[in-house]
Amino acid sequence: MSKVRVLVGTKKGAFILTSDGKREKWDVSGPHFTGWEIYHMKGSPVDPNRIYCSQTSGWFGQVIQRSSDGGKTWETPGGGMEKDARGWPKGESNKFVYDQKAHALTTHQWYDGTQHPWEFKRVWHLEPSLTDPDTVYAGVEDAALFRSTNGGSTWEELSGLRGHGTGPKWQPGAGGMCLHTVILDPSNPKRIYIAISAAGAFRTDDGGETWKPINRGLKSQYIPDPNAEIGHCVHHVAMNGKRPNTLFMQKHWDVMRSNDCGENWHEISGNLPTDFGFVIDVHAHEPETIYVIPIKSDSEHFVHEGKLRVYRSRTGGNEWEALTNGLPQSNCFVNVLRDAMAVDSLDKCGIYFGTTGGQVYASADAGDSWNPIVRDLPAVLSVEVQTLS
Amino acid sequence: MIRVVLPQHLRTLAHVQNEVTLDVTGPVTQRSVLDALEDRYPMLKGTIRDHVTKERRAFLRFFACEEDLSHDPPDKPLPPEVASGKEPFLVIGAIAGGSL
Repeated sequence: MSKVRVLVGTKKGAFILTSDGKREKWDVSGPHFTGWEIYHMKGSPVDPNRIYCSQTSGWFGQVIQRSSDGGKTWETPGGGMEKDARGWPKGESNKFVYDQKAHALTTHQWYDGTQHPWEFKRVWHLEPSLTDPDTVYAGVEDAALFRSTNGGSTWEELSGLRGHGTGPKWQPGAGGMCLHTVILDPSNPKRIYIAISAAGAFRTDDGGETWKPINRGLKSQYIPDPNAEIGHCVHHVAMNGKRPNTLFMQKHWDVMRSNDCGENWHEISGNLPTDFGFVIDVHAHEPETIYVIPIKSDSEHFVHEGKLRVYRSRTGGNEWEALTNGLPQSNCFVNVLRDAMAVDSLDKCGIYFGTTGGQVYASADAGDSWNPIVRDLPAVLSVEVQTLS
Repeated sequence: MIRVVLPQHLRTLAHVQNEVTLDVTGPVTQRSVLDALEDRYPMLKGTIRDHVTKERRAFLRFFACEEDLSHDPPDKPLPPEVASGKEPFLVIGAIAGGSL
């Protein structure tokens, strides 16, 4: 029978939630890495027991953890398995150093308008390869993309992105200048999409050597030229792998859609009560069914009207319905952060999201009804789902 | 034998229970002690000092003998009590660090 494993990153540790395919009863494991911020955990699509975890701390910086048994045990890759000549473990798994050989360490725009050098702060997102469990991409702050081909033991920057000529115009959003979205195209191994707050979306068609901004059609009133090539605060991008040319985006304001690999975008906010938000995701089996959670505004990061409502469009945008069954509809003032929604691939498709109030909600019927899997965790930073056979 | 006391999170990361003891060759300084610490516990690389610049992370402090040594030059000799093992070298998480 199928099983589902939900990987939850929070401000104070990681939690792993498991259930059978009915998704009614859940076991909660954790906290793992107690006291650390877990920005993201994600499992390998080709080896579900291989899970990568970004563990960060304002005191101690970045640590990468890796599990090879589905989250039962963890190791710092390179910190426990590989040994040097004296038998001591090697420790490079948290070494994210910008590649200055290929591209000089350039500067980006700082809050006061001056230029500021790139400084590594943390890993926001880990995206395991679609074909190799030892290959994984890391989207980091300050914005750059790194890749490991040895299970996270060492990392190299794909510096063509940071070295893109528009880099000096990139600027931090409120959460920092983070590369938070990495999407691997299942139909084209050389194609990767990434998104940066606040620079916009970019695409490579040559495996990361060169990158092009893909922001045509985005309009952002908070930058001098609302139609600029870069500078847009993209919050999240989602794709259904069965239709890889179609992308959906939750921008700072505006929900957007592209039908041509990001070359052109058009707005699909339609009848949403507010089009500010962070998360967006696509149904696993219906490429035109998408989900967002509208947030009141950029200064009021909580759900609109005190009601926690997921909005679903079955028409690829513009026409949205509020999904409220099982969700609090009064006095609710939580946020749902950009990596905190995910879908499983069971039939019916399961939808999951976590809130800054520490609840993780699940729907086993594509959003028609919801139940909290767990309440009162630390603020949820990320949610990923593994569908296990 | 140099004694080093780590914050709880780094003890967990390094898989040690209490203070650690290190052999340091040559002058006993912040740099030589931290070099020896990272050599013995490589998983701590980058968590106390930057991987490349070797500068102390902003929200960690170095104490010994009831003195704050955080701003001392890294090659300044540590107090004789630390060099002799009478007193430990303390790595402390600053009050300002972490997150809510």
